[in-house]
Amino acid sequence: MLGIVTFLPLAGAAGLLLVPAAEAGIARAVAMVFSLASAVASFIVLYHFEPGYAGMQYEVDVSWLSHPTVSYHMGIDGISLFLVLLTTVLTPVVILSTWSAIKDRVREFMVCMLMLETGMLGAFLALDMFLFFLFWELMLIPMYLIIGVWGGERRIYASVKFFIYTALGSVFMLLAILFMYWKSADPQTGARTFDVLRLYGVTFAPGEQRFLFLAMGLAFAIKVPMFPFHTWLPDAHVEAPTAGSVILAAVLLKMGTYGFLRFAMPLFPDAAWEFMPWVAGIAVVGIIYGAMMALVQKDLKKLVAYSSISHLGLVMIGICSLGVTGMTGAVYQMLNHGVSTGGLFLMVGVLYERRHTRLIAEYGGLAGVVPRAAAVFLVICLSSIGLPGTNGFVGEFLTLMGSFVAPVFNFAMIGGRWFVYLAATGVVLGAVYMLWAYQKVMFGPVTNDANKGLPDLSSREMLVFVPVLFLIFYMGIHTTFFTDRIAPSVTPIAARMTDHTGFDLGKTRPDLTPATLMRLKERLQPGQGGER
Amino acid sequence: MMQALSNMQNYLWLIPALPLLGAIVNGLFGRRLSTAFVSALAISTVTVSSVLSVMAFFAVRLVAHGAPMVTSLGSWFAIDRYGVAMNFMVDPLSSVMILVVTIVSTLIHIYSVGYMKGDPGYHRYFAYLNLFVFAMLVLVMGDNLVLMFVGWEGVGLCSYLLIGFWFTDEEKAIAGKKAFVVNRIGDFGFLLGIILLFHYAGTVDFAGLREVAPHFDVAAGTLTVITLLLFLGACGKSAQIPLYVWLPDAMAGPTPVSALIHAATMVTAGVYMVCRLSFMFALAPVTMGVIAGIGTLTALFAATIGLAQNDIKKVLAYSTVSQLGYMFAAAGVAAFSAGMFHLVTHAFFKACLFMCAGSVIHALSGEQDIGKMGGLSAKLPDTRFTFLVSTIAIAGFPPLSGFFSKDEILWLAFTSRNPAIPGLNYAVWAGLAITAFLTALYMFRLYYMVFTGGYAGHAHPHESPKVMTWPLVILAAVTMVLGFIGLPAWLEHPVEKAFVAVHGLFSKAPWSYPNFGHFISSSFYAQGSNFGFAEFSHAAEIGFTLFSIGIAVAGWYTAKRLYAGRTSAVPERLAERAGGLYRGAVAKWYVDEIYDAIIVKPFWAVSRALHQLVDVFIIDTLMVNGPAYIAQGTGYVLKFWQNGNVQRYLAAILVGAGVVVYVLLKG
Repeated sequence: MLGIVTFLPLAGAAGLLLVPAAEAGIARAVAMVFSLASAVASFIVLYHFEPGYAGMQYEVDVSWLSHPTVSYHMGIDGISLFLVLLTTVLTPVVILSTWSAIKDRVREFMVCMLMLETGMLGAFLALDMFLFFLFWELMLIPMYLIIGVWGGERRIYASVKFFIYTALGSVFMLLAILFMYWKSADPQTGARTFDVLRLYGVTFAPGEQRFLFLAMGLAFAIKVPMFPFHTWLPDAHVEAPTAGSVILAAVLLKMGTYGFLRFAMPLFPDAAWEFMPWVAGIAVVGIIYGAMMALVQKDLKKLVAYSSISHLGLVMIGICSLGVTGMTGAVYQMLNHGVSTGGLFLMVGVLYERRHTRLIAEYGGLAGVVPRAAAVFLVICLSSIGLPGTNGFVGEFLTLMGSFVAPVFNFAMIGGRWFVYLAATGVVLGAVYMLWAYQKVMFGPVTNDANKGLPDLSSREMLVFVPVLFLIFYMGIHTTFFTDRIAPSVTPIAARMTDHTGFDLGKTRPDLTPATLMRLKERLQPGQGGER
Repeated sequence: MMQALSNMQNYLWLIPALPLLGAIVNGLFGRRLSTAFVSALAISTVTVSSVLSVMAFFAVRLVAHGAPMVTSLGSWFAIDRYGVAMNFMVDPLSSVMILVVTIVSTLIHIYSVGYMKGDPGYHRYFAYLNLFVFAMLVLVMGDNLVLMFVGWEGVGLCSYLLIGFWFTDEEKAIAGKKAFVVNRIGDFGFLLGIILLFHYAGTVDFAGLREVAPHFDVAAGTLTVITLLLFLGACGKSAQIPLYVWLPDAMAGPTPVSALIHAATMVTAGVYMVCRLSFMFALAPVTMGVIAGIGTLTALFAATIGLAQNDIKKVLAYSTVSQLGYMFAAAGVAAFSAGMFHLVTHAFFKACLFMCAGSVIHALSGEQDIGKMGGLSAKLPDTRFTFLVSTIAIAGFPPLSGFFSKDEILWLAFTSRNPAIPGLNYAVWAGLAITAFLTALYMFRLYYMVFTGGYAGHAHPHESPKVMTWPLVILAAVTMVLGFIGLPAWLEHPVEKAFVAVHGLFSKAPWSYPNFGHFISSSFYAQGSNFGFAEFSHAAEIGFTLFSIGIAVAGWYTAKRLYAGRTSAVPERLAERAGGLYRGAVAKWYVDEIYDAIIVKPFWAVSRALHQLVDVFIIDTLMVNGPAYIAQGTGYVLKFWQNGNVQRYLAAILVGAGVVVYVLLKG
């Protein structure tokens, strides 16, 4: 089933090659059908997904190469489930949004989109490091082409920058993967493995862990992107076509945070425990720095890009908390960011298509001209700044709370709980830049004649936004639907982190009363579920 | 009847749900609906809500006898050990609050039909207004802090939308944004307070917190930090120093909105929150001292600004800030009932004042400068009468409602004892007493400037339609009688006797005199609190009451001498004489400018500088493009060695060989 979800888009891409290049309509339809089919398949996965179960579901493990030992090992759990759904839902939405925006080389564009989708899905589902790396690299090329071919004026600079940044990370990751393979030799049989679940059982020496964590962490940190590896993002976003920006922000960036959660942390728990406070420190810098950068942008798309850096900083804080609540919040926040920032980029695309500019100063007073777009834009903005009732609040709240209660920060050498206080300033800063941008674009008098008489959202465009709006409210209200599936899967990771490090609360928190200590300890016990 | 009341618990959710329904229908389809339908829907949903609120109030009073009634709509989040349920609760405190919210809202909805007539955003206006009522009711009825926070942010959103309702005016849009951002600073504190409580208390349910609160180690300061963070939230929403700056700007919204949101209901949410959590605040004497201090300071500070403003709505806005300070001062000395009583009376007379102001502005086609008004009493008789009633009430003349609530606060402030800060009560009392004088002064100044003397403008004033004046009359009537449910102790006994005697003539059923404080006090039970009130004789209390009346009379008399008939030249001379002081008050003591200079501008400047320095220069130029240029440059230089020219290769070999030979021979 997971294979169907993953490879349907690739099959579509192959099919597209048979379509004559001039037939843009057919190319669009084919892309739409295959991405929708993949979405349907992923919903079937969701329907049969068993909540409350921690381990992998729909697992497929087939030997692929014997030397080196590579297997086609795929599986889905609460962490990847919704990321996969986010990908399969957003891809058709994005394809729909390109209906009028992409006019050149439509067929090639659709091939890239579908290949990209397979790459993303595969990366979320792969449980073999080798396989993961293949999918990881598979995403890189179509994205590079999407920016470089269909992008804006400085597309070549942006796409090369994107490529080199990511490739640099990939090199380190490949080194780490090969090193792990080499070290994974079974003492009796001498068999080595790329299999993630088996690698979880391998204990690396502290020095090795540090190297491996830093090598993989670098690859993921670039992808997130964390300060100071972030400068490829604004350029890539600004130059990419709307569809590229949406996918980039909504899904591709999550590869980084997902990588930390799935690989870098549980594989190297001691190193993670050691480095996490530092990573969290960088994440806090990212939150505040990203927000400050967003504040001074003149380009609407750049503003949204920098806001991504700020939001993903919060996700990283949640992950760094190494606790169930914080990590669940982080996964929630990943999805939220996908929905709301994806929505924001779609909205920027709508505006760009009408006015062919992204400069905030060119707009103003649009709320009177395009009331429907203004209302949609407002809801997405509010979701982005975490207003209760929307998805953003739930993720923000769980993340901050999880970080606050997280033991890891209690004895951190730098900062401690102050991380959380600082991270929470993002709540204020987010409102400042988002509402500033909204006011500049939508409110005030219409000063620019070019803005008079712009058409409001068409029905096709409304159709693009319906899933986004639905998710904003559904995820904001029916939270347990998501947390019931996410939390069980992050519980073993949290437990693993605490088991591995011989962590003793009593030593680290002499200020706590015995009763509170008991409660905290209970909270740290491994959860229900486990491997089936 | 009793049957219906005892079933009320199951229908509590309807109270917020109905306005939400109205908001959704009007928001989504309003553009295609007739204005009659839009207003009918908006008004009817709120009206039914207020009827249900009245029933809920009596259910709490007569059926539950003060015990909280809870209705559950299931779980909102549940993760790890943290759960938040969608529970709505009505107890004496919240039942009073929902009464105020729904009744004032209903009247303002009706009034708005006249005020907003013909506005192109009519349906949008009513959708926002209904949404506001929904959010406010969630805030009030939420059974835990997270749900309260939902309503808290929700009312903030509606406030933002309604302040910037006429968004084509950039200034109004900016005022809306300012309100939202300043409130967010407060919400940052509120949110952290919730998170800390989750961590330390393990729950955020009010019932649970009440149980846990006495077990906090007060000396460790945790509770002080938590309550201070929560109070920061209250400062934002209820416009206290240092976060009050958004409220005067919020007057950019339509006047009924100012009446409902920025005077009667939303801005009192902070006071409500402190009262709701009284069992925690009362255990943190330092926080209580801060609240009393900030409240008193704000009351005094805002009153001085109100004295010098010439925009009718700005005067009322600063008056609201000042009166909110009064409420906080009351809460800060643990006189929670008195604070809530002032909240209730204030909601009615301030809503009335704002709507009167709206009626005046409406009559003068948008004029808000009181310098261009005057002599309107003949043209706007109904407006003038209701305005006068409310002015007398806010100035603190008996027997109108404002007198009783204000007098009680002054008395309790004087007699209160903060265990951590001795002597604070005298400062609070003195500050509030001066404020009372200033209040009477600036309110009567406003009254005389607007309604007496000769008309100084050029419009053609006309009385507003009935749909606007009737709500005024109702509010004024409530203002006249409301004070009698909060009589001071020495007066209540004889009055009760008289009432019971009269009642006995008509009916045999037992009857007790309604007393606000007794009814609501069960919500303020604080176990382990060290707060107390010194005992004084009734004679002393009567003396203080006479003093309160004296203050009000003095304020009124000063205003009358200076402003009645708008003929006296004294104000101008006074303004000249006071020079800097006067200009400072007119310029709102330059607080906005100071914030701008020390916070807003530097923050933007630093952001801009960081962008240029870090992103553009250090990272992109030095670290990213730098290596690229080095690689390119190196390649550029090296390519001369590999240009495929055989002669040049040969020459290079010869030169190299020569050098080698030379070195060998030399060595």
